[in-house]
Amino acid sequence: MDDLRAGLNEVECDLLVIGGGTAGPMAAYRARKKNPNAKVILLEKANVKRSGAISMGMDGLNNAVIPGHSTPEQYTKEITIANDGIVDQAAVYKYAQNCYGIIEELDQFGIRFQKDENGEYDVKKVHHMGTYVLPMPNGDTVKKALYRQLRRARVLISNRYMATRLLTGKSGRAAGAIAVNTRSGEFLVIKAKAVIMCMGAAGRLGLPTSGYLYGTYENPTNSGEGYSMAYHAGAKLANLECFQINPLIKDYNGPACAYVAGPFGGYTANSKNERFIECDYWSGQMMQEFYNELQSGKGPVFLKLNHLHKDTADHIEHILHTVERPSRGRFHEQRGTKYSEQMIEMHISEIGFCSGHSASGVYVDEFARTTVPGLYAAGDMASVPHNYMLGAFTNGAIAGEHAVDFAAEVDHDEFDDAAISMEQERVLAPTKRDDGIPPNQIEYKIRRLVNDYLQPPKVTAKYELCQARLAEVREDMNTQMMARDAHELMRSMEVASILDCADMAAHASLYRAESRWGLYHWRSDYPDTNDSDWKCHVLLSNQDGVMTCEKKEVAPYIIPIAEDEKDAYYKQRITAQA
Amino acid sequence: MPIANTPTTVPVVVDEGKCIADKGCTVCVDVCPLDVLRISDLTGKAYMKYDECWYCMPCEADCPTDAVTVNIPYLLR
Repeated sequence: MDDLRAGLNEVECDLLVIGGGTAGPMAAYRARKKNPNAKVILLEKANVKRSGAISMGMDGLNNAVIPGHSTPEQYTKEITIANDGIVDQAAVYKYAQNCYGIIEELDQFGIRFQKDENGEYDVKKVHHMGTYVLPMPNGDTVKKALYRQLRRARVLISNRYMATRLLTGKSGRAAGAIAVNTRSGEFLVIKAKAVIMCMGAAGRLGLPTSGYLYGTYENPTNSGEGYSMAYHAGAKLANLECFQINPLIKDYNGPACAYVAGPFGGYTANSKNERFIECDYWSGQMMQEFYNELQSGKGPVFLKLNHLHKDTADHIEHILHTVERPSRGRFHEQRGTKYSEQMIEMHISEIGFCSGHSASGVYVDEFARTTVPGLYAAGDMASVPHNYMLGAFTNGAIAGEHAVDFAAEVDHDEFDDAAISMEQERVLAPTKRDDGIPPNQIEYKIRRLVNDYLQPPKVTAKYELCQARLAEVREDMNTQMMARDAHELMRSMEVASILDCADMAAHASLYRAESRWGLYHWRSDYPDTNDSDWKCHVLLSNQDGVMTCEKKEVAPYIIPIAEDEKDAYYKQRITAQA
Repeated sequence: MPIANTPTTVPVVVDEGKCIADKGCTVCVDVCPLDVLRISDLTGKAYMKYDECWYCMPCEADCPTDAVTVNIPYLLR
């Protein structure tokens, strides 16, 4: 079934949505709801039924702004502070205003959220300041419920097609995409009046300490194609130096989920059984304290539940082992670890790009528009910070509705046919070689270099060495990478995206000559935060084939941040131990 | 350069007695986000062809005959 076949088909639609994980299905669904006459194609490189970051489900909403518990103003303030002030608040505020409607819609889809004895949403406090975490007891049904809605709305689903490049029209608008079938190598050209990219994180950038290429925090199918394709289409990418690094269960690489455990009294502790951070909400500042503890004489770091009543610890264990990452129970069973009996060793993840957790994404405004007309982005790959699953749904909905209106106003933009033959040649090059290096080895080498040189602490000289080594690997990739079947061809295209992301990570990090966002952008040769020069976005883009960075002012705040509040996320460490 | 066949123990195990892929079932192959499962030409049963597993478990959860078990990859255990 993986034999390579020659083939090129062409289809036309009003709106093309790339990526069938979380934001993509919601974008396609809302677009069809808003304009039932629009032809909407949802493209997915796996199968929409089980694709993306929430393949198995999700155990809770991390950022639910629910009336009576929090306000959009409070949330916008908290995320601005958590993201060190580098936030265009309009997009965050719009998310915060819209997400409650999305929660109610998901509830109607059959995805239930935890309610208390009065039937009110049972929201928990995990963040430093406000209350936004809502458990999802049947979070394992998310993908099935979404799929039902897609079928009902008659969205055209195209599984097993991996988009490799966007098409740009002669007037500079997004004009569609080129995709390759992951099981046959046949091409599909999709002409569209607007395109929404929902292609997830760049989760296969750093190498997990286990050395297993696919043992990543993110679903490894999210290998950064969205970032790479947006770059090649001329879109600007924001704050890529704000890496994603998360606290995880050592080796398993699933989230340690102090979010789930926190409200029950669980927390992160050092090897002396001591709590050392006040707030377990994931932020760069928190990760810096985590890293410091890990490296200190009191390391390593643990998830601590064994002080709780056994029933409570077992209950938390049950949630963590059944919904989002159910193989986690198997991992602990094999290790013989029980949450009620001992502390569970934690570690930090490999680096990645993911605005869902940090802020690294394709730059978008409050309508999910990128800097390329007709091109939208939502979910983990778009720049709205700390956005999580509910952000993907909410901004996917915003993107779908805006893009379908945009598509109704314009015609298909003509593009140069040469773009298609050039892309076919690029994609198929590894299949034309009967001798060479398999994609998995090139990938391993890139990701090993990322770990050796790019993960924080960031050092200028190490970064420059990395750029030189990555250039050598690029030469190998361009001249020697070999794919023997369609599956390996998919992997080889992923490797090209991973390498683009590694180059972008290096370039953006070198440009921002200060430290910011705690561990995410800790430059040991520029250890201080320099607000006078760098309280701005860094936008990276392709300028005539040259990777280029520029500063962009942060838009004036809608919700003001008081001087005594702006550093709240730096006050994480518990100083006096009881 | 010659390409070697390096042996690898794979995390996804299929009970061939229970697997009904030879009757036309392709559920586990369809739902895998990494697309690493295939039906064997030799046995007509599902197996893990590529060692590229996220141990996420849709293959096991969605199998209609409970034939699939997802183990943790050896490197992580």
